[in-house]
Amino acid sequence: MIEAGHIDKYFGENHVLRDVSCKFYPGKTNLIIGQSGSGKTVLMKCLVGLYEVDSGQVSYDGRNFSVMNIGQRKEIRQELGMLFQGAALFDSMNVEENVMFPLNMFTRKPMDEKLERVNFVLKRVNLENRNKLMTSELSGGMKKRVAIARAIVMNPKYLFCDEPNSGLDPITSNLIDLLIQELTYEYGITTIVNTHDMNSVLSIGDSIEFIYQGQIWWSGNKEEILHMGNKELNDFVFGTELTKRLRK
Amino acid sequence: MLRPISTIGSYVLLMRRVFTRPQKGRLFWQALLFEIDQLGVDSVGIVAFISTFMGAVVAIQTAYNIDNPFIPMSMVGWTTRQSIILEFSPTVISLILAGKVGSRIASQIGTMRVTEQIDALEIMGVNSANYLILPKVVASVLINPVLIVFSMWLGIIGGWGAMLFSKLVSTHDYIHGIQIDFQAYIIFYALTKTIFFAFIISTVSGYFGYQTQGGALEVGQASTKAVVVSSIVVILFNLVLTQLLLG
Repeated sequence: MIEAGHIDKYFGENHVLRDVSCKFYPGKTNLIIGQSGSGKTVLMKCLVGLYEVDSGQVSYDGRNFSVMNIGQRKEIRQELGMLFQGAALFDSMNVEENVMFPLNMFTRKPMDEKLERVNFVLKRVNLENRNKLMTSELSGGMKKRVAIARAIVMNPKYLFCDEPNSGLDPITSNLIDLLIQELTYEYGITTIVNTHDMNSVLSIGDSIEFIYQGQIWWSGNKEEILHMGNKELNDFVFGTELTKRLRK
Repeated sequence: MLRPISTIGSYVLLMRRVFTRPQKGRLFWQALLFEIDQLGVDSVGIVAFISTFMGAVVAIQTAYNIDNPFIPMSMVGWTTRQSIILEFSPTVISLILAGKVGSRIASQIGTMRVTEQIDALEIMGVNSANYLILPKVVASVLINPVLIVFSMWLGIIGGWGAMLFSKLVSTHDYIHGIQIDFQAYIIFYALTKTIFFAFIISTVSGYFGYQTQGGALEVGQASTKAVVVSSIVVILFNLVLTQLLLG
């Protein structure tokens, strides 16, 4: 389990996260939802240590990440995978080299074992036999799937996904969501997904934290979210023309 | 007032992360060979072109300016050699490399920063500063002296070629000139400067690339800053090193 306790984060005078406390459970897809600029990505970057929190703490299964030095954090980081909004694949490498990179960096396995593992995870994300494609030759959805393959190649305990379906069509978005959920259930990963896509919320939101103006405004799950009387949450959930019509 | 101090401070802090033992030796060697090819071998053409023509120009200008019959024409070879070895090859070619190599390093690392590739490395537990910048620094420090020796050689050849075609100085006089009072120390001086300049260009450019924040516009700005600042620092260190080594 990942736990955030009373996190505050400032950028200059801008108080971006205000006393944020929440828990993310193993074997569940934990969603952080909210409008653009509400602090979702900052919260996620604080959780993984890309931003230092100004106060509060982050713990991974009881291990206080916030007070760890670089060496101790490195151990935790080898247990986590992250899917970035723009996929963040290495331009100079092909699909196989991208996915194999963590294995090359952190293991001493022979090449054939590494290749077997790479092929396994590529098959898992439905990209078998695409090993030699360069990242510039991939579509948006394929890039996301390669990034997921790279994120899970080391068997992570924790998986972070920052807006995994941004810029994708609804069908591909749904495939990515379902893939993330399948992997979470299959390997018992603690998965945290940042999203503002209501389709993702209703399809994979086992546990949901709604963040509003840097604060946790509501917590619940996909069954509860449609029946809440919270104005800010309802403004977000029923913000599109489609959801407004469906609600009527 | 405080900004340059804070920039120097953050440069030093970044260099502390750069100059650590590579996490995986085999990957470091692969990256080093790749960078030697990209930063060094790729620059051979421009270095050869500029050096040959500059050597020719120096020789022609010297030949036309010698109008005193008491000054032997072999001085053309001597002057060309001294200009090329002492200043042109180590300093001017380094400035040209600051433009070519510096902008490449800064824009490459800057693009990786704004597309979150550096964040991806950090998340995996990779020391991104060390992984990305160290091979470039080591490659520059190793390959730039080779390029500069090549430049010296071509500059002197270029001067000889110009004299051959213009018939201003005979080959015998030119060859005699480049041998007069030769001290091997000037090669040591030139290569010492080159190594310092290579270090400055690669680390300053790496720093500006690594600190990029924003998007494509900021990558361009980082690239420009890298070239301007590394050129200024090279010029300043040229003065300091010349005073220290020849003074």
